[in-house]
Amino acid sequence: MDITIPILILAIPLFMFLLLGLAGVKMSHKLAGTLGTLGMGTVLVLSYYTAFTYYFSGNPEFIDGTTRLQAVIFNHTWLQFTPALAIRIGFLLDPISAMMLIVIPTISFMVHVYSLGYMHGEKGFQRYYAFLSLFSFSMLGLVVATNIFQMYIFWELVGASSFLLIGFFYTLPSAVSACKKAFIVTRFADLGFLIGILVLSYFTHHLDFLPMTQNPQAVLASFEGVTFLGASGLTWALVLIFTGGMGKSAMLPLHIWLPDAMEGPTPVSALIHAATMVVAGVYLVARLFPLYMLEDAALMFITVVGAATAFYAAMVACAQIDIKRILAFSTISQIAFMMVSLGVASKNNVAIHEGLGYMASMFHLFTHAMFKALLFLGAGSLIHAVHSNNYTAMGGLRKYMPITHITFLIGCLAIAGIWPFAGFFSKDEILSACFANGTFWGIWMMMVAAMTAFYMFRMYFLVFWWDNPDYEKEHHGHLPHDPGFAMTFPLIFLGIVSIIAGFIPFGQLVTFDGHEYHIHIDWSIAGLSMGVAILSIAFSAWLYMKKNDKPRRMADSCRWLWTAANRRFYWDEIYLFITRRIIFDGICKPIAWFDRHIIDGTMDGFAYVTNKASYAIRGFQSGKVQMYIWWYLIGAVVLGIITAICVL
Amino acid sequence: MDITLIWYLVPAIVMFCCGVYGFLTRRNMIAMLISLELMLNAVDINFVVFNRYLFPSSMEGWMFTLFGIAIAAAETALAIAIIINLFRVSKNIDVRDATKMKN
Repeated sequence: MDITIPILILAIPLFMFLLLGLAGVKMSHKLAGTLGTLGMGTVLVLSYYTAFTYYFSGNPEFIDGTTRLQAVIFNHTWLQFTPALAIRIGFLLDPISAMMLIVIPTISFMVHVYSLGYMHGEKGFQRYYAFLSLFSFSMLGLVVATNIFQMYIFWELVGASSFLLIGFFYTLPSAVSACKKAFIVTRFADLGFLIGILVLSYFTHHLDFLPMTQNPQAVLASFEGVTFLGASGLTWALVLIFTGGMGKSAMLPLHIWLPDAMEGPTPVSALIHAATMVVAGVYLVARLFPLYMLEDAALMFITVVGAATAFYAAMVACAQIDIKRILAFSTISQIAFMMVSLGVASKNNVAIHEGLGYMASMFHLFTHAMFKALLFLGAGSLIHAVHSNNYTAMGGLRKYMPITHITFLIGCLAIAGIWPFAGFFSKDEILSACFANGTFWGIWMMMVAAMTAFYMFRMYFLVFWWDNPDYEKEHHGHLPHDPGFAMTFPLIFLGIVSIIAGFIPFGQLVTFDGHEYHIHIDWSIAGLSMGVAILSIAFSAWLYMKKNDKPRRMADSCRWLWTAANRRFYWDEIYLFITRRIIFDGICKPIAWFDRHIIDGTMDGFAYVTNKASYAIRGFQSGKVQMYIWWYLIGAVVLGIITAICVL
Repeated sequence: MDITLIWYLVPAIVMFCCGVYGFLTRRNMIAMLISLELMLNAVDINFVVFNRYLFPSSMEGWMFTLFGIAIAAAETALAIAIIINLFRVSKNIDVRDATKMKN
């Protein structure tokens, strides 16, 4: 394949970032928004072209009979350390990167269009579009990385652009602390990622993905006999690399930044914190999946972390008031689904094709990106109309905002896993993979799926049904209404995609070894999960359809649980306790005392002694020339006498 | 009677001691300058004499004497310029009173 189009896919967003970032202040809002959107539209066309060429052209570069190949379009050596160890910047096309080339520009373009309406008249509109372009550039560079170090570079770039966009409203203290929190937590996780990269490349002597994933046995052989604290060296490397993914994808101990990241503008939450950047951790594991498959311990770790996170986030989402927070915890839970799906795809899985979990994870990544972006954009539309993030300020909105209502309902049905919406197909594959690994994981994840349906429809009913507040009085005569075309078009488009995306023959396109794999919907599992989802929906309809005091009585009956879930099970408080009480008070303060009193004290002591000594002898500097001559003469004579004594 | 080295060194040391004495005791800057010149010339005499008597084949002593004379001339010019300027400002060239720059 010609390298022009791949280079343009990366170069256009970067150029747009520079153009809008440097010359944006001179432009009108309209021009900057149009330029950014047109740039993203071009990238959309080019990357669709690239992805379709990859999947359907039949080019021997991309497909060998029925096996899809991994094709390196270009690979430029950037830094050469040793003949073997070099950092390259390249463009890798394989099933998952081609899939991401569809997901990222689609969501990004929709968000660009949506923001034309949502961010209309905001201060810093041009800066906003510049940052969106920077993010798109970084995310595209991440998914097409040919080596783990290029991935790391772009990994940090998406982190930086996420930081910039969360803190977009930089006059709000909450946004500032949220963006710092996001940056610090993910940076902390990336430390593990970096150590993992160093461990891996220390033993394999190179950083490239293809030699690692196409010949995983060679990697295993290079780690022969290396163990540390009872685990093999490769397990350590893979778990450390996964730590980076845990930070980016908000897995359990490092999830605290994602709910706060909702302080950013809502379209940003849709693009970065729902559809693309937060799945980078899943993408990373998928990229190195042949290595993970060799280490059951690493896969087990991923499964346990994912399953715990999925359950935890679903619990918390049931007790939130802010609709963006509900969606944020729902995102955490759904990403955990993808992680679990990768984790259960073990080669010991004799009952079912070992690549099922991988395929299901990527499928869910694709469909989740679509319907979660839809839900976030719908939430943005609600916030735009009601000027509040809390469902307590909403209710009965189905009459006022029909388009938002229908598309939001589609998103909720898709995430709940109702046939024929997209989420049904991908979630069914994940549950099949879980059951194939073990009944425990299957039942666990099915329970989480039921909770997903419950909390999504809880939000849906509370926003669109429930009671009917007097909007006319609260909003001074303005009734909430559907937004303009710039905002409804992405909703409608993503709504349609969320309906039909499940029918994409994903098994033929994205598998971990490139071989085609036929999806069989296991109707016993699918029917069971859909039945459970419908029961959950019915339960939430019974609770929340009409205004009543059943929810309040339920909450009162186990108040401690509701409060704990509402406070996110006190993770933030635990972190604050550890950082403030233990690290700051216990470690930093004694060190600060030592620095101030011992180290500074020594230096101050030197200065004090010198100062006093100078005062004592300053009288000699009389300024009288003839006194100096006297001293000089005496000195010379004394020296002469000493010399004479020594010589004689 | 031979004119030996000592015939030259004694006047030179007398000159030098006069210079030191004058420099330490006189308060008039011009007088201090003259004393300084006396010391320098005593040193010049020493250079020439030692060169003539100890190393007749070489010329380093002469060279240094010439340097000394040149430096003395330059230094005198400079010192006199300073003294004249000082006099213009304070109508006084007593070294004890030149304390304007202190503090």
